[in-house]
Parts: sequence; C-alpha cells; structure tokens
Amino acid sequence: MTEKLTHSAAPSSADPLTDADYRITPQTRRFSALYSRNAKAVIARGLRATKSSNWLIMVSGFFEPVLYLISMGVGLGALVGTVVGPGGEEISYAAYIAPALLAVSAMNGAVYDSTWNVFFKMNFAKLYQGMLYTSLGPLDVAIGEIFLALLRGAMYATGFTAVMGIMGLITTPWALLMVPASVLIAFGFASFGMGITSYMKTFQQMDWINFVMLPMFLFSATFYPLSVYPQGIQWFIQALPLWHGVELLRQISVGTFTAATSIHILYYLVMILVGMVLTTSRLRKLFLK
Amino acid sequence: MPNSVTRDYVISARQLTKHYGDFAAVDDISFDVPAGESFGLLGPNGAGKSTTMRMIGGVSQRTSGSLTIMGLDPEQHGPQVRAHLGVVPQQDNLDEELRVRDNLIVYGRYFGLPLSYLKPKADELLEFAQLTDKAKAKVDSLSGGMKRRLTIARSLINEPKILLLDEPTTGLDPQARHILWDRLFRLKESGVTLILTTHYMDEAEQLCDRLVVVDKGKIMAEGSPAKLIREHSTREVLELRFGSERNTTVAAELQGIGDRLEPLPDRVLIYTHDGEAALEQVTARGLHPITSLVRRSSLEDVFLRLTGRSLVD
Repeated sequence: MTEKLTHSAAPSSADPLTDADYRITPQTRRFSALYSRNAKAVIARGLRATKSSNWLIMVSGFFEPVLYLISMGVGLGALVGTVVGPGGEEISYAAYIAPALLAVSAMNGAVYDSTWNVFFKMNFAKLYQGMLYTSLGPLDVAIGEIFLALLRGAMYATGFTAVMGIMGLITTPWALLMVPASVLIAFGFASFGMGITSYMKTFQQMDWINFVMLPMFLFSATFYPLSVYPQGIQWFIQALPLWHGVELLRQISVGTFTAATSIHILYYLVMILVGMVLTTSRLRKLFLK
Repeated sequence: MPNSVTRDYVISARQLTKHYGDFAAVDDISFDVPAGESFGLLGPNGAGKSTTMRMIGGVSQRTSGSLTIMGLDPEQHGPQVRAHLGVVPQQDNLDEELRVRDNLIVYGRYFGLPLSYLKPKADELLEFAQLTDKAKAKVDSLSGGMKRRLTIARSLINEPKILLLDEPTTGLDPQARHILWDRLFRLKESGVTLILTTHYMDEAEQLCDRLVVVDKGKIMAEGSPAKLIREHSTREVLELRFGSERNTTVAAELQGIGDRLEPLPDRVLIYTHDGEAALEQVTARGLHPITSLVRRSSLEDVFLRLTGRSLVD
C-alpha cells in the first residue's frame, strides 16, 4: 500500500523527477501480476454507469420472470390446479413454478452478465482496454464484474420474492432464504461464464451459449416434476446445474429441507470453485491478447 | 535533462518479438530508453508500433525476448508497472456510460487514488483539455477533437512517470496540436519519459530526442532526428513539380543531378548538398518545372528512403 502514498505525494511540475523516482521495488504478493486488490473501483464504476445510463435495462430484467409467473403460473395454473410440492403437500401450480423461475432468472442474469456483457465491453465498448491500462489487473476486473452481476441478481431475487409474497405464494419465512440461494446459483453460473467467454471469438460462437441455455431452462424440471422422464434422462438432467438450482429454491420456498438440500448447495460450491479456477486461468487469454 | 549520461534505462527491450499466428507484428527488436528521454517510434501503419506500446503496458503478451519497465517485467508486475504509466491509445476508449468529469475521476480510482486528490486534479485536467464547460456532458456528445483531448487528460490523472502516446495528435486541429506539444514539452522538462508513435514527421522532429524507424516489425534505423537526417538523407532537397502527367517521364531526363532522385506521383525529389545549384542544372537541361522548392531534408525523407518506397538510386 506504500504505492498509494507515493502517488498522492507525486512531485508537481516544479519538482523534476529524479532517478530515484524511477525505481520501484517489485511486489512479490501472490497474483500481483493479475490482481491489485482494487476490484472496488470496478464495482464503483459499474454503479455509477448504471445510475447515469442503463437503469432502464436493469428494470426490464426484473419483469421477465414476473411475466412468466403471471402467464404460466396464473394462466396455465388455472388449468393445472394444485400439484404435489417438495414436502408432499398440495400447492398451487404458481407456487410450484415460482421458485424454478427464480432459479432460471438467476442463471440467465449471471450468464448474460458474464458472457454477452463481457464480450461486448471487451470487443466493442473497449471498456476493459481502458481499465487494463491502469493499475487494475484482469482479476480485479473479473471480481468486480462478477460482484456487480451478483448484486443485480440479489436485487432481482428480492423483487421477485416480494412479488411471490404479494401473490400469496409464500407460506413460510424460510422462503426469504431464496434470495441468498439465488445469489449462490448466480455465482455458480457467473464464475463459469467468464471462463467460457475467453474461448469465444465471434458473435456466432456466442449464440451457442443461448443454444445450451434454452433447453436447460425448459427441461430442468422447471414446469413439471423430474419423474415424467425415463431414468436415463433423469440422470442427465440431474447432472445439469439448473436442476439443482430449481430443486434447491423449491425446497426453500416451502421450508422442506432434506439431505438433497445439502447436495444441491454442495453442487454449487464445487461449481463456483471450479469456475473460478477456470476463469482465473483464462484471464490472460481473455484480457491480454 | 542534464546528466542524462548517468541515468538508468527505464525501458529495455531485447529481441522483443510478437507473433499473431504466423504473422510477426514485432520481429526481434531491441532498444533502451533512459529516464526523461522523449523516444519516438516512427513507421507506417501496421509497422508494429502499437503492438510494441501494448507490450510495454503489459496488456499484450510477447512471444519471445525480454522487456523491462523501470526494472520490472510488465507481464509479471503489470498492475505495479502501470501505476506509473499514462496511456493514450490510438483509438479513444473513453467510458461512454460516464460523463466527462466522471471519466477522469473513475479512471483515477482504477489507480487506487483517493477522491480528495482526484477531484481537484480532474478540474485541473479539464482546464488543460479546455473541457471545463463540458464537465457534465455525455462523452458521445463530444466532437472527435474533444474526445482526443479528454483521453490525453485522462492519461495524466495519475501523474505518470512514463507517458505512452500512440499517435496522440491524430484528429486534432493545428492549434490543438501545438497546445498539446507545448504541454508534452513541459512534461518532458519535469522529467517525464515520453514514448511516442506517430506518422507525422514534424511531430517526431519537434518532440523526440531520439527515435527508431520501424517497418514490418523491424527497426530500420535509430538515432536523433538530426543524426538520422545526416545519415540517411542529404542536407537539402529540391522539389520539382512538372504536373502529374509528366513527373515520371521527366525523371529520366533528370538523371545525374544531385545524389539521388525520387519520382513521386505529384512531384520529383532531388536529394543534394546544394539545392540551388541543382535547380540551375535542371534549367540548364532545358527543363522548366511548374514550381520548384529548395528545402532542408526532414524525417519525411529519411522515412521514404528507409521504408523503401520505389527509390531510384
């Protein structure tokens, strides 16, 4: 941190630089090539940019799951009636799909922020080029962007949980835990997203991300229970991350916790760990060409 | 700077090479820059100037060779090295989502600088860039020249010791260029090391203590502007215009006058020790150019010579 002190006391033009000013002692801290412990500057920038220009886009992201909930839950739910919830209790169809929609929204938001958004800021807005010519390292940028994505995810999750409450779909205080659980899900996807983006060169390749996401959204026991599938497909779905997110939030929404709950959480913890290792190892490829 | 002989090298490149696939953007170049020097990279588009700049900033990884900035490898100590760098990239990369003054303050935050320092500094730099009344404007409402000035102001927010300028005055009007040159000259006087790429020869002559001419990723020549002119050109140049149709045909009839002859589409250049005498020889052969001009050799001539554009020796 001595760097900062010499900085603020940098010589004015009346006081010419000497050779001593040009000598710096190398830092030997781990990751010092990639990280300057200043992700907060990236976060502050994101908040300021949101305030001044793209808050409207942010609001639109909140409505997406709400619209699904109204059309599928209320509309389609009128035909379906009640279904069996995670604890064996009868719940409305809207209450059944609402946590699943929240998990999907956490996934979509995190994936969008860590792939398309990063891809655009990298290759078109050239935002990261500017950042990386400062003291910031790629890891500062990655941490800052992931934090912003999670903050946004937490806000959406809070809003959506409030909508569920207003619609009478919440019956237990445990349901409030859906907000931190959504952040966990978002973190899992965001940590992988940047690593994956580092392999992408063109818009066409970026489209492959949507190609994976859409079927995962439709088939991860989002709108009906896993039991409708034959055993083999069940196993496949259970290997995918979204299913764990859907089941985790569904259990939390009714306050039914089983051994499976901890498996879902563990799945995400491992996903975050592996994702962060992947993303960190790809940072040079992603940011330093 | 006085005592420049004893100063350390702040930048040292040895056999620096950067490949993109099979293409060698920078091909085995070596150079040293002492502290406080104003060092230029001169060359045509695609010569490898910007790639070299990016490697100095540690945002591009070299393929081979070594590079140290203030004694450190920018790939290993990127954030620490860049704390002392100011960068003006070739294309403005201002933050379009932030307003003009916020661009300076937020950028300063990336260096971990405190707001108590940044607020007055931002106002001072806006004054320098003549953008004080645009402080609250959106970046996309600025003209090209204004954006350039803001980018340059932004590069000074951390009071850099090494300033990297990649074609800094491209897109500026003559008055703005002179203001910038003056400001850069004052920075140089305060001991800041300037690394400059340009294809404006007058800019290189004005600002650079020493420069390298690069072409196709290689260094073609190195030295002070005066030394390069002395070594690679003659003292004077006689420029003759015969009309665009006739320049090349007349060139054949001019053979033997001066040291070297260079027909260009719009004019013929005769490199000679004595321009007036050469002009007398031309008229003595019964040739009457529409216009003629005797001038001192410039880096432009060195550049033409070294980058090998259709030389008639």
